[in-house]
Amino acid sequence: MSQDTEVIKPGYPLFLEENYQESLAQKRACFEEPFPEEMLEETFQWTTTEEYKTLNFKREALTINPAKACQPLGAVLCALGFDKCLPYVHGSQGCVAYFRTYFNRHFKEPVACVSDSMNEDAAVFGGQKNMFEGLKNAKALYKPEMMAVSTTCMAEVIGDDLNAFIGNAKEGGHIPRDFPVAFAHTPSFVGSHATGWDNMFEGVIRHFTLKSMQDKQLGSSGKLNIVPGFETYLGNFRVIKRMLREMGAEFTLLSDPEEVLDTPCDGQYRMYAGGTTQVEVKEAPNAVDTLLLQPWQLVKTRKFVQDTWKHEAPALHIPMGLSWTDEFLMKVSALTGKPIPESLEKERGRLIDMMTDSHAWLHGKRFALWGDADFVMGMSHFLLELGAEPIHILCHHANKRWRKELQGVLQSSPYGQGAEVYTGKDLWHLRSLVFSDKPDFMIGNSYGKFIQRDTRRKGKEHEVPLIRIGFPIFDRHHLHRMTTLGYEGAMYMLTTLVNAVLERLDEETMTMGKTDYGFDLVR
Amino acid sequence: MAIRQCAVYGKGGIGKSTTTQNLVAAMAEAEKKVMIVGCDPKADATRLILHSKAQETIMHLAAEQGSVEDLELEDVLRAGYRGVRCVESGGPEPGVGCAGRGVITAINFLEEEGAYEEDLDFVFYDVLGDVVCGGFAMPIRENKAQEIYIVVSGEMMAMYAANNIARGIVKYASSGSVRLAGLICNSRQTDREADLIEALAARLGTQMIHFVPRDNVVQRAEIRRMTVIEYDPTSKQADEYRALAQKMIDNKNFVVPTPLSMDELEELLMEFGILDDDESMVGKTAAEEASERMAAIG
Repeated sequence: MSQDTEVIKPGYPLFLEENYQESLAQKRACFEEPFPEEMLEETFQWTTTEEYKTLNFKREALTINPAKACQPLGAVLCALGFDKCLPYVHGSQGCVAYFRTYFNRHFKEPVACVSDSMNEDAAVFGGQKNMFEGLKNAKALYKPEMMAVSTTCMAEVIGDDLNAFIGNAKEGGHIPRDFPVAFAHTPSFVGSHATGWDNMFEGVIRHFTLKSMQDKQLGSSGKLNIVPGFETYLGNFRVIKRMLREMGAEFTLLSDPEEVLDTPCDGQYRMYAGGTTQVEVKEAPNAVDTLLLQPWQLVKTRKFVQDTWKHEAPALHIPMGLSWTDEFLMKVSALTGKPIPESLEKERGRLIDMMTDSHAWLHGKRFALWGDADFVMGMSHFLLELGAEPIHILCHHANKRWRKELQGVLQSSPYGQGAEVYTGKDLWHLRSLVFSDKPDFMIGNSYGKFIQRDTRRKGKEHEVPLIRIGFPIFDRHHLHRMTTLGYEGAMYMLTTLVNAVLERLDEETMTMGKTDYGFDLVR
Repeated sequence: MAIRQCAVYGKGGIGKSTTTQNLVAAMAEAEKKVMIVGCDPKADATRLILHSKAQETIMHLAAEQGSVEDLELEDVLRAGYRGVRCVESGGPEPGVGCAGRGVITAINFLEEEGAYEEDLDFVFYDVLGDVVCGGFAMPIRENKAQEIYIVVSGEMMAMYAANNIARGIVKYASSGSVRLAGLICNSRQTDREADLIEALAARLGTQMIHFVPRDNVVQRAEIRRMTVIEYDPTSKQADEYRALAQKMIDNKNFVVPTPLSMDELEELLMEFGILDDDESMVGKTAAEEASERMAAIG
């Protein structure tokens, strides 16, 4: 069983070797009290039936494989987008380890984030002391220029009051009075990561602008504010900036983690890199308007921007796919008075060219998809633009109003007639859906691979391949650097989708002498 | 004019809910628009205004519908006597769950649903017993209640509780805008009660805003699930509540309290003869005292 140092094998294929197989079989027989194979098979088959699906959708108190994460995760991502800002989580340590690994696995980057490690004492006496020590230590050790505090469940259940604690920390001299500490209450048992991003962002702009509105003049900076929401495609930050630059529009991207989540390997560790500066946040109320790239997540932000900054924050869709990118650019043009440049017109033309080139392969293809509210909305709309058919559409954290709007979008297209929209449902529900009404592909995050495995187990003809677009993507490299917004993003998604179709076709037509009449060189 | 938000605290059983509802009824009579937010799992902060046993609470309805996100404002808001708006946070049965979180959830819900954006003059939070955990301090977080009234009587434990609550307020007041607005003395007919509470108020740096005498009409009204204002508007007690309400409407005396140390509080009680200053009696049983007296005589 020993390994040869010259040829070290990883778990797969090592465990396929005879002696490992024997050992595993022994372990199963002697210690695992296994159920008989037939019974496992019978149960598995039962979980793929209509009967099981009906039972599954009657589930009330249990979530299996949620398609969302918790509030402070979103708050941390939001905080990472500000210049020399340290995300600080008031609460238990394990939660923060989870946020960091979650982002590590997706971005393949270190993620700086601290916790004030509340323990049993703090649960009884409240976490104020932890906050005093934590703020002081974090500032001394990591030398941030601001901190953004969010909370875990524990601090929320005992009712810790961040405003009072941070105020008292300044009062007591633990950190200087003028050191900026923004905060947001982010209980994980309410909402999702998207809510957490929204809450933290509102906390930051509240901190920097609420009490200094008197000298602000709407439109005086001539700039546009762009608020991304919970965004994990680094290319999206880049493409929005590029399009606005090509437009010649002055803008501020509020929360921009593009640099810190993509630092170069040159021997120097950068705890902080890039991001929106404090000055930019303070001046944001002077902008012409604020555009929310993911409006369905940014409820609190919109309210603050409208009530306090008196910005219109117009109702726009996520700039995804062809016409919703048009909509975005035309809005920018209307607000800034700058015409849409030839370069973007050309880019748009190229996208349309690609869409017509691939149209024959995507037309009528059926998709299941899930993810965040705005992504799912945008992706569904783009599929309709491509003539593809979204069938099962699921968003765990969205509300009834979102469902109604999406149903409206689907109704407006001949390709949306067969679609069903689910909110508050998880990936175990989705598993039932793809068994009972098989789509050609699934679009979603890495967790979908287990559904693909299960469909494959039922038989090759039942297999639903996963196309990875979403968050998190743990099992493929560097996809987080890609782009899903704008014409460029549409090109990437189109390329990904059509090649998944062609890949699958090759796989099915590869059997020599049997199906390879369709195994074509030219597609 | 901005909404004035007030929280009413005090020892359990001191008469917070009765006093609050009566003074709110008096305010409503004076054409003020008021909302009461009950922050007690027992949900009895609105029964005199609504004439009902207990109101359907936010947490109860949320549990029934699956989540607080499924609730609408009109599901939880009830209008009672002279249009006083009533809402109860509710919470778990005794011995399980977390009532403090219930208060947080309920108040967040009210804020998000815009319950405070309506045309209101006053909001009253009627908060259970002592401030036992962070949840029960939710009503005095920043941008919520800024005036705190403590209901107290001349009984020793009620004064201990009042002093403790003042200590709680300091934690929030030192960095925020919440202030102690006064003590309401709900009389238990103890000796020199008004003087004592005046003295306590002075030591805390605040005022005794009103002395509410004891009157059986309160109990008679309560049996009928009514406030005195409604049950017997011409009674003397109704005028007392009207006087309290008017003083609160006019109140401008908002302070960061200066709570007493245990020793100082005991000194005050000794001054008024509630505590004896003879240290040697501490821990002595009645039998021991009797035998000592016998020995002294013998």
